[in-house]
Amino acid sequence: MLTIKNLHAEVDGKKILKGINLEIKRGEMHAIMGPNGSGKSSLSSVLAGRENYTVTEGEVIFEGKNLLDLSPENRAREGIFLAFQYPVEIPGVSNLNFLKTALNEIRTYHGLAPIEAKEFLKLTKEKQQLVDFNANLMNRSLNEGFSGGEKKRNEVFQLAMLDPKLAILDETDSGLDIDALRIVAAGVNKLRSVDKAFMVITHYQRLLDYIVPDFVHVLYDGRIVKTGNKELALELEEKGYDWLKEEVHQKESV
Amino acid sequence: MTSDKSFFDFISNGLPGPELRKDADNAILPARQLAFSRFRALGLPSVKTEEWRYTNIQRFLKDSFSLAQEEGTITAEQLKTVNTRVPQLDSYTAVLVNGRLQTALSKLPAEGKVSISTLSGAANNTQLQLWFDKHPHLQQQPFAALNAALFADGLFIEAGVNASLDKPLHILHIYTTAENAFIQPRHLLVLHKGATLEIVESSVGLNETAIAFVNSVTEIILEENAELWHYNLQSSEKNSRHIYHTSTVQKADSRYHHFNFTLPSAELTRNNLSVALTGSNTETNLHGLYLATDQQHVDNHTFVDHLVPNCNSNELYKGVLLDNSNGVFTGKIHVHQDAQKTNAFQQNNNLLMSEKASINSQPQLEIYADDVKCSHGFTVGRFSEESLFYLRSRGIGEEAAKTLLVNAFAFDITDQVHIPALQDFLSEKIRKYVSGAINN
Repeated sequence: MLTIKNLHAEVDGKKILKGINLEIKRGEMHAIMGPNGSGKSSLSSVLAGRENYTVTEGEVIFEGKNLLDLSPENRAREGIFLAFQYPVEIPGVSNLNFLKTALNEIRTYHGLAPIEAKEFLKLTKEKQQLVDFNANLMNRSLNEGFSGGEKKRNEVFQLAMLDPKLAILDETDSGLDIDALRIVAAGVNKLRSVDKAFMVITHYQRLLDYIVPDFVHVLYDGRIVKTGNKELALELEEKGYDWLKEEVHQKESV
Repeated sequence: MTSDKSFFDFISNGLPGPELRKDADNAILPARQLAFSRFRALGLPSVKTEEWRYTNIQRFLKDSFSLAQEEGTITAEQLKTVNTRVPQLDSYTAVLVNGRLQTALSKLPAEGKVSISTLSGAANNTQLQLWFDKHPHLQQQPFAALNAALFADGLFIEAGVNASLDKPLHILHIYTTAENAFIQPRHLLVLHKGATLEIVESSVGLNETAIAFVNSVTEIILEENAELWHYNLQSSEKNSRHIYHTSTVQKADSRYHHFNFTLPSAELTRNNLSVALTGSNTETNLHGLYLATDQQHVDNHTFVDHLVPNCNSNELYKGVLLDNSNGVFTGKIHVHQDAQKTNAFQQNNNLLMSEKASINSQPQLEIYADDVKCSHGFTVGRFSEESLFYLRSRGIGEEAAKTLLVNAFAFDITDQVHIPALQDFLSEKIRKYVSGAINN
């Protein structure tokens, strides 16, 4: 589904990604871990098309298309969804209107008619339950005055509504208490299916207790320095990142 | 007028003859003559005049204009065109062409406690004689004086004690002229005690080449406990220049809700809006939304005069500026020494969508009472890149995303509009405005 080859990117002239290689197939759950500043969020930003990042080398193929040629909206329409680490508050745009606009823009792109009001309402109700999203928030302005937990739930709720092929969750667990974490993780698990893939960026093993990954990648200094299964996450939890950093530096000096 | 003479010289040669004053009624002739001397004494403002610092009005008066104020007629076909450009409301309508009421094209309410007639026909009315050109804020305004001296005609609306209409009244101001013309309509609205009205005014020009310079005055009297919802929509074409004066007197317990919507694309719009609060416990809400493109110059000049205690005024003006357009906002609040327990709030927010657009905003608060709550604020900003990216990352294209954001920006204003069809009309205008901005 997604093939990243030797991806290099920089922001304001500073090299952030220095040769990422990654293959994600349908049905897979990939976790990206790594110390602060290793490039985890940058990778998600580059995939979603954030404009202040410049790709200097490499390619990203998504479902046979060159992803880097597409605008952020067309990436979303092709089936990429980024759950933001810091969801944006937009006063004056209602949650409901926002979702309807997004859904219809995606449908139009695929040559489908706008969704019927009744069908939209039904879909909304169904997906709200998935993450226990408070119905009262639906008519409120997008994320305005939402608590940290409500914002993150809203991200997963949007994910459920827009039904992407590849969902990238950027530190969706940060700022969540343990109950909210369980709810959000349960929502994500319900959305897992054989034709969807997930890339979950996290600092902590804690989230991976609930969302069990097929692969764990460790990002360090703009590169994936180690790939393993869920056991790797446990090992990192126990030993930290320093041993990995040393390994990398030793290899480099060799 | 010949172009080698200045506008002022041309007019100052004397009060033009009766052929320019079609009402031909002498009842208000002395008042007209008084206003004319006032105009001559005041002279034309220049950028050195404080009130006109940011609007070089002389630049807009350089062309030659006819003062004849032709009657102007429109066909049913033209009215159809007009109707595609104004909100379609379930309302009564008063159609005015160059300030003159077209009864045949209008749909006025049946005779009752609300009467709608022409100003020229009401020259002997006691209300007209009581209020004509009396508003204190009009006295220092040269264009208002010029209008009082030379106006051709307009509406006289009188709502009796506790009167109301079952539907809003939509006033369609249509301006059409074959040659450059200086058109001066004048209107008077009197709402007696406890009367309530909802009025929507839409201005449309039908000129392809000639310039219509409209210098209009509307005087409004709200007697005790009267309430007026007053929407003013301007969407004339490029070669239109407008100076509007809306001057309202509010007596005790009255409520005035005014909206100024300035939409593309008249090259000059100057709104002089002033409210004098002469009775206690009044409520005044002034809302403005201006969307400017191209070389448009939109100047909102507002004045809330708190003369007595216990009045509330709230003012919110928002602007979205494109291309080389220019916005001006002046918000004057005067709280007199006696006006204790005044609440007066004012806010002006602007969104610049182009590097070349500009805004000059100046709050002027003069507060002479000590027990008051007053505040003002001004902001100017651009689109938040983070908000745009958030929307686009959900599959929303740039155009739809910007439309959502401009609608969100305008929401505080549009949300206050009490007529759903008018709200829809405005959001459609915003959509077209943004789409035009992106596809240009």
